[in-house]
Amino acid sequence: MTRIPVRKTYKLWIGGAFVRSESGRSDLVGEVNLPRASRKDVRDAMAAARRASGPWAARTAYNRGQILYRAAEAVESRRAQLTAVLDGGADADAELDAAIDVLVHYAGWTDKLAPVLGGINPVAAPFLSFTLPEPTGVVGVIAPDEPSLLGLVAEVAPALAAGNAVVAILSETRPHAGLDLAEALGVSDLPGGVINLLSGRRRELALALGGHRDLNAIVDASGDHELGTELDRLAAETIKRASHHPGAVSYEQATDDALERLTAVTELKTAWHPVGA
Amino acid sequence: MTVEPRQSTVWNYAPAPEATDHLRLRDRYGLFIDGAFREPAEGRHEPTINPATEEPIAEIAWAGPADVARALEVARSAQPRWAALPDRERGKYLFRIARLIQERARELAVCETLDGGKPLRESRDVDVPLAAAHFFHYAGWADKLRYGVAAREVAPLGVVAQIVPWNFPLLMAAWKLAPALACGNTAILKPAETTPLTALLLAEICQEAELPPGVVAILPGDGQVGATLVRSPGLDKVAFTGSTAVGRDIQGALAGRGVELTLELGGKSANIVFEDAALDQAVEGIVNGIFFNQGHVCCAGSRLLVQESVMDEVIAKLWARMARLRVGDPLDKNTDVGAINSAEQLARIEALVAAGEAEGAVRRSLACDLPEHGYWFPPTLFTDVAPAHRIAVEEIFGPVVSVLSFRTQAEAIQKANNSRYGLAAGIWTDKGAKAFEVASALRAGVVWQNTYNHFDPTAAFGGYKESGFGREGGPAGLRPYLRVVRSP
Repeated sequence: MTRIPVRKTYKLWIGGAFVRSESGRSDLVGEVNLPRASRKDVRDAMAAARRASGPWAARTAYNRGQILYRAAEAVESRRAQLTAVLDGGADADAELDAAIDVLVHYAGWTDKLAPVLGGINPVAAPFLSFTLPEPTGVVGVIAPDEPSLLGLVAEVAPALAAGNAVVAILSETRPHAGLDLAEALGVSDLPGGVINLLSGRRRELALALGGHRDLNAIVDASGDHELGTELDRLAAETIKRASHHPGAVSYEQATDDALERLTAVTELKTAWHPVGA
Repeated sequence: MTVEPRQSTVWNYAPAPEATDHLRLRDRYGLFIDGAFREPAEGRHEPTINPATEEPIAEIAWAGPADVARALEVARSAQPRWAALPDRERGKYLFRIARLIQERARELAVCETLDGGKPLRESRDVDVPLAAAHFFHYAGWADKLRYGVAAREVAPLGVVAQIVPWNFPLLMAAWKLAPALACGNTAILKPAETTPLTALLLAEICQEAELPPGVVAILPGDGQVGATLVRSPGLDKVAFTGSTAVGRDIQGALAGRGVELTLELGGKSANIVFEDAALDQAVEGIVNGIFFNQGHVCCAGSRLLVQESVMDEVIAKLWARMARLRVGDPLDKNTDVGAINSAEQLARIEALVAAGEAEGAVRRSLACDLPEHGYWFPPTLFTDVAPAHRIAVEEIFGPVVSVLSFRTQAEAIQKANNSRYGLAAGIWTDKGAKAFEVASALRAGVVWQNTYNHFDPTAAFGGYKESGFGREGGPAGLRPYLRVVRSP
C-alpha cells in the first residue's frame, strides 16, 4: 500500500506560535495554501513583539549572539528543505549560503555594537559620561519579493542583533521560504514574539504595520517607492525611524553597510555619573 | 493657587546689571547669503524684541521664497569647493570660528540675553562657552572623519538645511553648523523668529574668519521660511530642533524624497528622587532641572518623581529654595530666572497652568515683583498631579514643575517611561548600583545621575521615541552629516 504523505499546513508565526490568520483567509500560491494575514494579525504580532522586546534587549549580548548563531546552524541543517522551496538549482543554493552567512555575520555583531558605536565621553567636568547603543524597541520589516529568503534575513538579522523585536511582512509572491524559516528560528532559542512573520498582501499589511503607533522603526526593502513614501508619512505621525534600501541580493550587499543597518534600528543613550563628591 | 510672600530671610542684592554700551549692534541686519549681508528680495524687515522690556533691538530681514531659492543655489555651487579643501584646512576655519566666539564672548552673551530673555549668568557661563567648545570639538574632527564613523571612506551629504529654536539660539546654531561644516557640507541656517540676533553675529564671525562665501547662509524669518526651506528641491539633509509638532510636519514633508533627517524635539523628562538621595543636593538639581533658562529647555526635568517616604520633606525644601530664586532683569548678574521668550510662549504656559488647576492639581507660584513690561511667569510648583493630567503629559516649556510620587523603583521606572517622549531623565540616589540599573531601564537619550542639564560637545545628545532621532555631539554627531562610500 502506498504511504500517504503528510502535507504541511503553512501558518503565520506570531508570539512563538504557528497560527492561522485570525481572518481565516488564505491564498493558493502554487500548490499550497498560504495564510493571508489581516490587519488584526499585524496588531497581534505587534503586541507579541512589544511583550518580547524588553526581555530580549535585557539578554546579554553574548547570549543574543549565540542564539543568532544557533539560528544559522538551524538554517544550515534545513538547507535541503529551504533550497527546495526556493525552487532548487544553483541560485537557491547560493541564496542559502548567503542567508546563513549573513546570520553568522550579525550574530557576531551583538557584542561589537557597543564598542563601535559607543564609548567614554571625555567631558570637561567631573563625570563619568558614556554613550551606549540600545535597541529602539520594535522594528517593522517589509521584505522584498526577491530574493525571498536572503532579502528577509538581510533585514531581520541586524534588527535582532541590535536587540530589537521584529514584525516582518514576507515576500508577497514567494513567502514560502520565509514561513519555513520560522521553523528554523523556532528551534534556535529565540524567545517567542522576538520575531513574527506574516504572509499576505504587502500593501495591506505594510500600511497597518507602518501606521501602528507602538512601532519604533520601519525598515523598508520592498523597492516600492510609492509604498515607501506612504510609510514615511505614517512614520511622521509618531516620529518613527524610517529607512529604505533595495533588497539585498548577495552576502556583500547585506553586510557591507552593516553599521548603517544596525544604526537605523539603534538608539544612543548618554549617561552621566558623578565622580567624587 | 497659593501665592506665598517672599520670606524675610531673603537677602536683598543691589542691582548688578551687565553693561550694554560695548555692543556694536547695527540698526538693520540683512540676510547672510554668499558671504555678505543682503537685502531680502521682498524687502521685508521685522523688529526683534527684547522680551524683558518689549522694546525693539534691531530690524531683521526676513527671507522669502526667492531668498531661500537663492541661498540653496549658492550653497549647492559652493559645496564641491568646500568639500574639496584639504580636511585640515577646513578644520582650521572652524578653529578660527571657535576662537572668534571666545573673543566676542561678552558681546554674544549680552546679545543672547537681550534677544531671548535668558539670565546673563547662563548666556555667559553656558551658552557661549559651549558654542565655542562645540566648534572647537568638531574642528578637530574635520581631518579624522573616517575614524568617527568606523568606515573605510566617507563623503559629505551636500547641502543641509538647519532650523534651530529660540531657547539656545547661538548654542543650537553651533550644534548644527560645526559638524555639518566639518564634514564638508554647506549649510543654510534658519534661526528662530524671536531670536535671530546671535546667529547674525555668527554670520559676522564667519566673515571675520574668512570662511569661503556660500558655505554658510543665515536666513531669519518665521516658521513659513522654515516650511519653504524644507519643501525646496536641492536639499540633501534637514536637521531640526524644535517642537514635536513641527518635527512631524517636516518628517511628513520629506516623505519619499530621500532627504536625510535628524530631529531633536520635545520632552517631558522625569527627574527621579529616591529616598536615599542627598536631598539638599537633589533640590538644587530639581531647581536647575526645571528653572534653568525659565524651563525653556527641551530636556527640562518637568516631571518630578519623588519617593513617597521623602515627598513632604522634598516639597518643603524645594519650596523654601524656590522662595530664594531671583526673578527679573535678565541682564542683572544676580538673576536666576529671566523673561519668558515671547508673548506667544507666555500664553502657552498660562494656558497649560490653567489646565493644571482646572484638572485639580494644587498650584503654588512664587510671589515676586515682576517688571511692568516684558513677559514673565513666576516659578511654579504643582503637587497632587495625576499621571493623566495635561501638566504631567504635555511639554509646558516654562518654569513649571509637576510633582508625582512613587513607592518602588519599579514604579518609578514605569512612570518615568510612561511618556510619548524620551529625551532625558535625572536620577537622584547615593546608591551606585541602583543608579546604573535605573539609568539602563529608562527609555531616554540622556540620563543624569545626581546632576541635571549638563552638556558637553563630546557627549551625544538626542532623544528616544517622539523626542526625535539622530544625535548631536561626539562622533555620533558626525554620522548624520556623512555618507559612507561603498567599496566598488
